[in-house]
Amino acid sequence: MKNLTVRSGALLKTYSILLFFLALKAAGNSAMAWGMKQVPERMSMNPALYLRAMLNPFVAMGVVALILALLTRMALFSLADLSFVLPVTAVGYVIAVFLGKVFLHETVTHRRWLGTLLIFAGSALVGSTSSNTTRSSEVSA
Amino acid sequence: MKWLLVTAMVIATVLGDLLQSHEMKRAGEQSVSARGFARLLHVIAQRRLLILGIACNAVSFFSFMALVQTEPLSFAVPASSASFVLETLLAKFVLHERLGARRTAGALAVLAGVVLVGG
Repeated sequence: MKNLTVRSGALLKTYSILLFFLALKAAGNSAMAWGMKQVPERMSMNPALYLRAMLNPFVAMGVVALILALLTRMALFSLADLSFVLPVTAVGYVIAVFLGKVFLHETVTHRRWLGTLLIFAGSALVGSTSSNTTRSSEVSA
Repeated sequence: MKWLLVTAMVIATVLGDLLQSHEMKRAGEQSVSARGFARLLHVIAQRRLLILGIACNAVSFFSFMALVQTEPLSFAVPASSASFVLETLLAKFVLHERLGARRTAGALAVLAGVVLVGG
């Protein structure tokens, strides 16, 4: 019984971190895309251009959100397998298509809807498997 | 040049994710509260392989940026999904994760979906 409670607690934590990652990634990408449209210069290999682009508040917010998303994904790796994290985080593609359709009024082709459906179904299938098939060798406090 | 960028992107993505997955499992459970992030930064500072993994992410990101400057997204996104196949295989053989039929089928469906969305 105690084991079951611990397992469901770990599962809840894994899915909470997954949702947080997806939200950060979607917010970061959207802010970055919106901000970059307002930056007049075209990007090249010159790093100064990227630094100047970050003066745009939307680009800066996007960078912060994407750095937090990177750290959140690393926290997710501490709880779940790589072969679990990769397919379930691909739901981000579904969110991107949805946000593009609703907010940017982008045209979504039948092919893209089919791809979105496959990603969603595949992620759900992987999400129904045990998230961690290997054990941590050290446990931090 | 485009295949050089694809190769660099795929190798960097695979290596970065493998290193991060391996090191984070060893570091133990982490959280995403303010204190959790501070602890995570401390963990990163202590583990060289984790720093290498993040550096690989940066190489992958800039290779992708350079690729989409010259090639259409409909090429770059499906090309980048090659890393998905390699990573899943290496997760089984290097990280010793148990894939099972359901996870393999799900991963294949996601892969097909990514190629369709990007193509």
